[in-house]
Formats: sequence, structure tokens, C-alpha cells
Amino acid sequence: MSDTYKQELTCIGCPLGCPITVTLQDVPGRREIVSVAGNTCAKGDAYARKEVTDPTRIVTTAVRVNGGAAPMVNVKTASDIPKEKISDCVAALRGIAVTAPVKIGDLILKDAAGTGVPVVAAGNVAAVPEETR
Amino acid sequence: MIYHDLVIIGGGPAGLAAAVSAKDNGIDDILVIEREKEPGGILNQCIHNGFGLHTFGEELTGPEYAARFIDQVLSRGIPCKKNTMVVDFSVADNQKVVTAMNREDGIFQISAGAVILAMGCRERPRGALNIPGFRPAGIFSAGTAQRLVNMEGFMPGREVVILGSGDIGLIMARRMTLEGAKVKVVAELMPYSGGLKRNIVQCLDDFGIPLKLSHTVIDIEGKERVEAVTIAQVDGNGRPVPGTEERYTCDTLLLSCGLIPENELSRSAGIHINPITSGPVVSDALETSAEGVFACGNVLHVHDLVDYVSQEAAAAGKNAARFLLKGKPEHAGRIIELVAENGIRYTVPSFLNPAEMDDTVTVRFRVDGVYRNHAITVCYDGKPTSRRKRPVMAPGEMEQVILHRKELALYPDLKQIAIRIEKA
Repeated sequence: MSDTYKQELTCIGCPLGCPITVTLQDVPGRREIVSVAGNTCAKGDAYARKEVTDPTRIVTTAVRVNGGAAPMVNVKTASDIPKEKISDCVAALRGIAVTAPVKIGDLILKDAAGTGVPVVAAGNVAAVPEETR
Repeated sequence: MIYHDLVIIGGGPAGLAAAVSAKDNGIDDILVIEREKEPGGILNQCIHNGFGLHTFGEELTGPEYAARFIDQVLSRGIPCKKNTMVVDFSVADNQKVVTAMNREDGIFQISAGAVILAMGCRERPRGALNIPGFRPAGIFSAGTAQRLVNMEGFMPGREVVILGSGDIGLIMARRMTLEGAKVKVVAELMPYSGGLKRNIVQCLDDFGIPLKLSHTVIDIEGKERVEAVTIAQVDGNGRPVPGTEERYTCDTLLLSCGLIPENELSRSAGIHINPITSGPVVSDALETSAEGVFACGNVLHVHDLVDYVSQEAAAAGKNAARFLLKGKPEHAGRIIELVAENGIRYTVPSFLNPAEMDDTVTVRFRVDGVYRNHAITVCYDGKPTSRRKRPVMAPGEMEQVILHRKELALYPDLKQIAIRIEKA
């Protein structure tokens, strides 16, 4: 049995922003939560448990558009992805350019940094003929 | 001169929601005037998600939220004049005249039956902050940097210091980091952040960016380009404490130090401005001191959630429609004054017409500091009538009280409603 250790979090459930301390211990293959303290509601408990075991985020960024009314279009992961994949996901999208027109929901990238989650357009950009650009 | 029943100045979230609401309440002749090439306002550069939780029950990005309202405007056939800047607005002898210009029409004037002001707000610039030091390139407002990165596709710098912990500054700390910049520190003059908790956690903590409360910039170095910024701790009076200076080498300083409603047009029309909000003084109908001129969104007072802007703008659109269809009621009605007391900075609206008000009126306000375990108390002519406990209130989060017409009818002689913060 390994020793316990603590992780400090700030709850984002409401403006109260409770400082939460999660006590953990490593058991073979995973981290086990021993206790959650400092939260004032059930939301905080659930947030802390998720945040220390499986923190995820929706990632948003912008990619280049060719032939469009705007040079960039907003894109986002279709669902949340592991927090440690955020940087890889944005880096993978940095080199991508799409061609106008782009519509909200259009597929931009099939798999965001090996997470299996697709990246989709989150903005509309109309196509513009070259001479009027 | 061209005439339109309703002219809406600004095609951002407030203008769009006001247009939809006015149309749905019976006004067909509406014109929205937008200075950018596309409607949507500031939402178009806010590519992070979290918009619309209250309105649509899901978390959208700024452009997605804007697109929902743009679609509603288009599907109703409401015209929007884009790339058009309103340069003057005047109200004289009940004539409302909007002067605007664009490349196709040149300068032109529109006479309007009613006008909705929806011009939004602007960031507080360096010139308004009294930061000493040189004036090199590399100093941007956070919103300018946001536009450059998200809409134009340019990175304004590589090593960044941010002054001010408003939400735009926090969002840009994350955005610049994800695009490969090193954000060294966020300094905040106040002992608390003006940003949402969620943004502090997900934009700073997630990336190990330090937030220094009660700190400000005391020097900017660099002749051509920013080379370094020095920050120092401040005392209770906002004065730098000697010996606490820290120098950060950087090429960019972002400023996220507050937003100011953009009311040049309102002032040119002689509309009364509330010195606390820098927005027009309005009634429960969101009508300004000029009859038939309404205001909503960030031009009225700065909001933290766009959902509240959309709600407020829908009310302004409905009230403008009622004004156009029914005119001003003959009897000049009794007025109940709304007063912000003890811990509350302002209220919007500033007064009520109990005879004409809607069944419910939402009074929005901000507190002047962080209050834990306090209550919001509503007093009718000095007598407390309701009290709502709040575990925490902060200046960054707008609060509200809902007043009911039915209840006010029980107090026929009521002259003043005060809203105040008290110990719970």
C-alpha cells in the first residue's frame, strides 16, 4: 500500500470557488480517491472526482480559410477531450487550411490528436470570388 | 430623407435580439445598422465556448451563438446595413435622425419612429490607465489581441505580460499560450479578480500561469518594441510598495482593465448618462431620457453573460414595438425611483412606471466588492420587504432582483425602492 498524497483544486461550479483538497493514493494501475474535502455542495464533490481522475475540456481554436469572406474560422472538438491533449490538438490544427464556404458543423479533422474525437467548424465563412476579396 | 419605423444602431448580440423581438411584436419596417462587414459584434472574435447555457441549454462558441441570432434575423427578412458607420444621432422636437455613411451610399440620413441603441462597449485603453514608461509597439488591449489571433490570424507577440484579470485577459492568456507564446504573469490591481472562477481555473491554473493580485505595472521598457515590464505590489490605496518590484522581459503587454459603454452617439443626442455605468439612464421599459429611444446590451451597462444581453435586448425590442404601435400613454404616470445603496454600485433601470410596467421587471446591478454570506435586501420607502441570502457576491458577477407589478400595486403611494447589501 502506497502513501496518500493531496491535490488542491478550485471548484468552478459557482462563483463561490471553493478550495477543494482531494486525497489520493496509487493502487496498481490507477489512482484511488481516499477523500474529498473543502467543497460545500455535491457539485463540488463530483467536479473534484472527475478533475483528478479524468480531466477533460472542449478545445476551441481557429484555422485558416482559403477563398473566404474571412481569413480564419472558429473550430472546436465535437466533445470534450483529455486535458493533456489540449496542446497537441491545437498544434495539429495550426497547419490546417480549409476552403470556403465553411458551415457550422463541417468536419475539419477526423481525429483530434489521437483522441478519436472529431474537430468541427464553429463558425460560418462564405465563399468569395477572388476579384472581390 | 429615408424613414424607418425602427432603426437599431449596432448588429451585435443586443441589436440582433432586439430586432427579432421587435419584429415578433408587430414591427415590420426595421433597419439594423452594423459597422463591421458581418453582424455578430464581439461574439465573432470570442471563439472559446461557454456561451448560451441559459438561452439554449448548451455551451456554444461566440460565432455559434451569433449565428443562431443572425439566422433568426435573416429568416424574418429584417434588413441589416453592413459596413455602415453611424456618425451622428440627434433628437429634436421628437424627430429622431440617424446620420450614417458607407462606401456605396456615402453620407445619408434616416428619420426613425423609434431607435434602439445597441452600440456595445469599448476596452479601457492605456491612455486611461496612467501607466508610466515608454510608448513602444507591443502594447495591445486584450480584445485587440483576440481579434488579431482569432479573426485575422496574426500573433501579436511571443513573450507576454497581462495587466488586468478581466475575462478577456484570462481568455487571451490561454489563447496566446496555446498558439505558442509564453505568458509570464497576469497582474491585477485589485485584491480579487474581475474574471469568472471558471476562467481563472481553465485559462491560468491549467497552464501554470501565475496570477498576482494587488499588483500593477509600474514601468514599460523599450524604444521600438516592448522589451520588459516591471510590476510591483500595491498597498490598500493602490500605491506601489517599494522593494516589491519584479521585472519581466517580454515583447508584449496586454491590457484587460475594464470595459466602457460606447455612448458618443447617445451623448450627441443629449441623452442623460449614468456616471456609474457610463450608459444611458433608463426606465423599466429601457427607454432613455429621449422619448422613443431605447438602449440594451453593453452600451447600457457592461454584462458578463451574453444570455443576459439577449434577454435585455428582447425586452427593449418589445418595448420599442409597443411605443411604435400604441405611442406614449396620455397620463404621464407616477414614477418609482430605484436606488442603489450600501454595497450596490448602480441599478438598471433607474426608475419604474408602475402603471405601464410589464408583469415582471428584472433589475440588474453590481456589488462594489467581494461579499461572503450576505443578503440582497429590497426596501420599499425604507422598509425592508424582501431579503435573499447569497453565499458569495463579487463585482465580476452581475446580480438581479425581479420586481412584480402585482406586488407593487399593493403600495399605491410608493416613491422609492432601494436595493442594498446586508450581513446575512
